Amino acid sequence: MKNEKKYLFDDPKNVKRVLHILYGCCALLLILDFVIHRHVMHSWENLWGFYPLYGFVGCVILVVVATWMRTFLMRDEDYYENTEMNNSANTNNEKLANKLTSETGDHHVDD
Amino acid sequence: MWMIEIPAFVPFFIGALIAAFTRGVLRNALMIAVPIISALHLWMVPEGIHLQFAFLDYQLSPYRVDKLSLMFGYVFHIAAFIAIIYSLHVKDTVQQVSAMLYAGSGLGAVFAGDLLTLFVFWELLAFTSVFLIWARRTQRSYVAGMRYLIVQVLSGVILLAGALFYAAENGTLAFGYIGLDSIAGWLIFIAFGIKCAFPIAHNWLTDAYPEATVTGTVFLSAFTTKVAVYALARAYPGTELLVYIGAAMTCFPIFFAVIENDLRRVLAYSLINQVGFMVVGIGIGTTLALNGAVSHAFNDVIFKGLLFMSMGAVLHMTGKINGSDLGGLYKTMPKTTILCIIGAASISAFPLFSGFVSKSMVMSAALEEGYDWIWLMLLFASAGVFHHAGIKIPYFAFFAHDSGIRVSDPPKNMLFAMAIAAGLCMAIGIYPSALYSLLPYDTGYNPYDATHVLAQTQLLFFSALAFVWLNLRGKYPPELRSTNLDFDWVYRRAMPRVLQSMFNTIWKTDGIVRDKIKAKLNFSSNYFAEKNNRVSGLLSKSNPLGSMAMWVAVVLAVYLFLSFIK
Repeated sequence: MKNEKKYLFDDPKNVKRVLHILYGCCALLLILDFVIHRHVMHSWENLWGFYPLYGFVGCVILVVVATWMRTFLMRDEDYYENTEMNNSANTNNEKLANKLTSETGDHHVDD
Repeated sequence: MWMIEIPAFVPFFIGALIAAFTRGVLRNALMIAVPIISALHLWMVPEGIHLQFAFLDYQLSPYRVDKLSLMFGYVFHIAAFIAIIYSLHVKDTVQQVSAMLYAGSGLGAVFAGDLLTLFVFWELLAFTSVFLIWARRTQRSYVAGMRYLIVQVLSGVILLAGALFYAAENGTLAFGYIGLDSIAGWLIFIAFGIKCAFPIAHNWLTDAYPEATVTGTVFLSAFTTKVAVYALARAYPGTELLVYIGAAMTCFPIFFAVIENDLRRVLAYSLINQVGFMVVGIGIGTTLALNGAVSHAFNDVIFKGLLFMSMGAVLHMTGKINGSDLGGLYKTMPKTTILCIIGAASISAFPLFSGFVSKSMVMSAALEEGYDWIWLMLLFASAGVFHHAGIKIPYFAFFAHDSGIRVSDPPKNMLFAMAIAAGLCMAIGIYPSALYSLLPYDTGYNPYDATHVLAQTQLLFFSALAFVWLNLRGKYPPELRSTNLDFDWVYRRAMPRVLQSMFNTIWKTDGIVRDKIKAKLNFSSNYFAEKNNRVSGLLSKSNPLGSMAMWVAVVLAVYLFLSFIK
């Protein structure tokens, strides 16, 4: 482990730094809401912090709903393979098809 | 000048021929030359119809140039150029040839001035591109390519049917505004919709693109859907239905993208999301909205290409593309990381990157025309696209937990292609006037006013904050090896199952009914056989001599009787 090269984010301090920059930017953007006069086209845009709030809440909802969707949408990685591969392997030459997939692998590069 | 009459697809088809018969450095040089020469040629072509002939009773115009088609023509040249450089290391002739034919077909379709020519290139797009999927030469890519081909050809057949109806109704095949007030209009609309990945018809894209080869996906992401966007912009601008379809397209894929593990499939979902913005723009149909749709298509080709290239580079170098297998690649692939982040910033529409200057037009147009709810959906989708394409893609590939994989940056040609795309993304973002000058309408739109910039930056930064917050609290869904069910479940699992059990029942009942009838028939034939097996029955095999003698006696008696009557 000693001679393993240290990279930028191997040091937790650097991660912290990036996060602090992000927090700082967010705070600055909120403050700018007071400073910059915006010409609005929609009444909701007048609400203080509409965009920041919408962005934050929207993303949280997105992730929560997506995580919930996993409960009924998620299946095994080879869910479709069992039927589809078998069907085509039966119609072709089963051995040949198996050989083909085992030789090239499922993450083959193109050349 | 006779040169004008050479349609834009011809150089690419010639290029395909060259690619088939040359090898090595010569092939590479010629393939790079093709898009450059063709682009220079296109640059000099004035607007108008340059090729026209009569076919049966109809005027066909396979080469029509106007501002709308030129816009797509230019970006297809850029995309082809970048993708060709990206795939210079590929020695597989099948891929090189089909890529050239595919790019040419895309160009043929956008310059088609009539529906019949459009149909021809529409189908060519399908038949040429499927080889980019099959070229991966796995069982998975073979079946995915088959499904892709079936859907694409179906779209073409519907288009042909629509074109025939259209010709019968209007007496012309000219490809212009069509609208939804006839059967022809609806048929063509559905055909375009399938290729445009409308909801429910979208799974061919998320199914096939991630199964294609590293370089094939880069080509695929550029042409097919954008041809469909072009066709919609030409035939259905201002169709209100498109606003709602487009809004749905921007929103639902982001949920799937968040939980998807295959990072190229994440990009495929976000491709649908971006096309959604274009479709909304076309649906709104004002000059600003149409400009937004077209310019967003232009930018999307480049930044989505860049993202697919960066993920392709990861797949090429590591042999892995699942988020669960990757991470920490920034350590040894720093250039790819930076280029990927530029693509991510562009698709997320950060100010000074290309997505910002085009997406904001569609959003502004939605507000101007009073589509408040649609605007809110688009805003949600903007935050969402940043979440899954802007953060998730670079984060899980290059950062996150260290997967221990240490591979170097990809070959120079791949890096160079990505650098061109990244440069364009930033150039368009910083100096949008160049892009705006190519647009079909002059709206005098300026994306860089304080309101827009502040609003978009706030939205994005707080989306990032949400990601950080969720991640720190451990609420962010981890990357898991899985298949997520989508609408394709209906035709990949449910329908085969239903059909299988249906046919099973049919064969079974058929068998039972046959057996029953056979038993009945056997029984009755046995019955008759037995009945007639006795001597002297009606159908008996043999009769005794005595009965014959009796019958002869009867005949003679009848004779005798008749003679008495006489």
